[in-house]
Amino acid sequence: MTGRVLAIGAAILLGFARPALAEPLPMAEVAPGLFVHQGEHAEATEGNQGDIANVGFVVGERGVAVIDTGGSAEVGRRLREAVEAVTDKPVLYVVNTHMHPDHIFGNAAFPGVPVAAHAELERAVAARFDGYRQRLGEELGAAVAEAVVPVRVELPVETTRELDLGGRRLILTAHRTAHTNNDLTVRDLRTDTLWTGDLLFVERVPAIDGSALGWLRVLEELMAQPAKRAVPGHGPPSVPWPDAAQAQRRYLTAVVEGVRAVQKRMGGMREAVETVAADEKGRWLLFEDYHPRNVTATFAELEWE
Amino acid sequence: MNAFPKSLRAALLTGVLAVLTAMPALAAAPPSTKKEDVERWEVLRNDFYAGRAIEEAGDLIALDAPTRAHDAAIVPIRVDVKPQARLKSLSLFIDGNPVPHAATVHFGPASAGGFIETRVRVDSYTNVRAVGETEDGQLLMTAAYVKAAGGCSAPALKDPKEALNRLGKMRLRQAEAPVGGGPVTTQLLIAHPNNSGFQFDQISRTYIPAHYLDTVTVTLDGKTVLDIDTDISISEDPSFSFGIDPAAGGTLQVVARDSKNQEFTGSWPTGGRPAL
Repeated sequence: MTGRVLAIGAAILLGFARPALAEPLPMAEVAPGLFVHQGEHAEATEGNQGDIANVGFVVGERGVAVIDTGGSAEVGRRLREAVEAVTDKPVLYVVNTHMHPDHIFGNAAFPGVPVAAHAELERAVAARFDGYRQRLGEELGAAVAEAVVPVRVELPVETTRELDLGGRRLILTAHRTAHTNNDLTVRDLRTDTLWTGDLLFVERVPAIDGSALGWLRVLEELMAQPAKRAVPGHGPPSVPWPDAAQAQRRYLTAVVEGVRAVQKRMGGMREAVETVAADEKGRWLLFEDYHPRNVTATFAELEWE
Repeated sequence: MNAFPKSLRAALLTGVLAVLTAMPALAAAPPSTKKEDVERWEVLRNDFYAGRAIEEAGDLIALDAPTRAHDAAIVPIRVDVKPQARLKSLSLFIDGNPVPHAATVHFGPASAGGFIETRVRVDSYTNVRAVGETEDGQLLMTAAYVKAAGGCSAPALKDPKEALNRLGKMRLRQAEAPVGGGPVTTQLLIAHPNNSGFQFDQISRTYIPAHYLDTVTVTLDGKTVLDIDTDISISEDPSFSFGIDPAAGGTLQVVARDSKNQEFTGSWPTGGRPAL
C-alpha cells in the first residue's frame, strides 16, 4: 500500500518529464504465463503512440521472453512495465516476429536484452530504417522518432531455434518470404500456443510486403499444424487455430486470382487496383489504406510467375 | 491465325468493356501550376529543349497517371498517342525526381504507335510530363500531377536473393489481336534492380551504386520497333508496353544494355511463347 502511494507520488513528481501514457499496457493472460496486449486497429498516431500491433510476453521459471515490442519506445516501456507488474524475473530475450515498425520500435525500451529474429531481419530493417523513422516522425513527432534504434539481432534464426525460459521452451521458426521476407513464428510448447506475428491478420486487412503466393504457401503449412490457440499480429489476443486464418486465406486467394485474371486479358495495374477483390471491401478494417498497395505489389509479383 | 477459342474472345471483350466502364475513375490530375513547379520545369526545359517552342498536345497525346500512387516505387504511367500526331519520339519526365528524365522512346518503322506504358519511381509530389517530337520537329507536351513520395530511395527489393537470380531475364506477353484490327498490346518485362543510386544500405553505410538499364532496343525481323533510352526513374524490373502491327508477324528481338555495359537479349516469335 505504502509502496503504491510512493510510486504514485513519484509518478506525479516525475510526471512532467514523462509522456502521459506511461502506465503498464493492459494485458490478457490468454494461457498460463502467456500475456498478450491487443493493439488498436489504426494507423500510428500521436493518440495511440504506435500501439497498433499485438505485443506480449511469456514467463518461464528463469525469466521472460518479450514477443514484439510495439511501434514506439513509449509502447515498449509500457510493455516492460506490464512485465514488471506480473513478475520480478528478468527479460531474457526480445523476439521480433518481423521487420515492421509497429512490432520493433519498442525494442528501444529493452537495451542490452538479446534480440532473436529471422536471419534476414537485421538487413531488412537496416534497408528501411531511415524511411521508417521518417514516417514515425511525421506521425508521432520528431522526439518519438529520435528515440528509436535500428535492430541488432544477436540470435538470428535461419530455420528453427529454441529459447529456454527455464522449464519452458519456445520454438522459433523462420519462414520463407510471405508477409515479409523475415517472418518468424513462436510456439510455446507448454500451452500449445502459436504466436503468428503478422502471418495472421484478423479483422484488419492483411498487408502484403513480401509475396502473396509465398504467404499462401506458408499459411497452408501453418494451418496444417494444429495448436490450441493462435496469437495473431493484429486482432483479438487469442483466436481459434486454424479457423481464424480462413478469412485471410480467402482474401489472399482473391487478390492472387483477381490479379491473374486482369493480367490474362493484358489489363493494367491501375485497372487491377480498381477491380480486384472488390467484394472483400466490407470485410476488413483499413481496407482502403492497404488493399490498393497489396494489389499493386501482387501485380508486380505475378508478372514473373 | 487466331489462337484463342471463341469463349476466351468473349471473355476478353467483356474485360475490355469492364476497363472502359472503369475508365472515368482513372483520370489523371491536372498539372500543378504552383510557382516552384512551373520554375522547375523551366529549368528542365532549358536543359532539354533550349530555344524551342513547345505546344500543348491537346488530344493528340494523353497522359494517364494515378492521382495518388499506391507504391511510389512502382507508379504506372501510360501515354496514348493519336496516329495523326506522327511522333518520331516521346520523352517522359518526372520533374521532381533527382534524375527527371525517365525515358525517351524512339519509334522505328516497325512500330504500330498508339501507346507506351511503363512504371516509374516518384520521389516527391510532382508534375509528370510527356513531350512528343513529331516527324517535322514540332514539340507537343501534356502533363499531370502525381502525389507520391520516396520512390527513388525506397529499398531495392522485397526479396533480394530471388531478384539476383533473375537479373537480365526477360518476359514478353502479348494480347490477342483486337477484333476490329489495330495494334496488338505487347508487354516487355526485364528483370533488373535498376538501382537508383539513392538507396542507402545501412549495414555497409553506403549508397547502393546506381545500376540501371541504359538502352532497350526492340526489333521485329531486324526492323526497329522501339529504341528506348532509360534512366534511374524507371522502376525496378522495368516494364514497357507498346503496340505491334499484328499483320507484320515475325521474330521480335530485344537487346537491353545496362550502366555496367552488361547486355541482355531475348527473342520471341510474335504471338508465341518466349524462345529463351
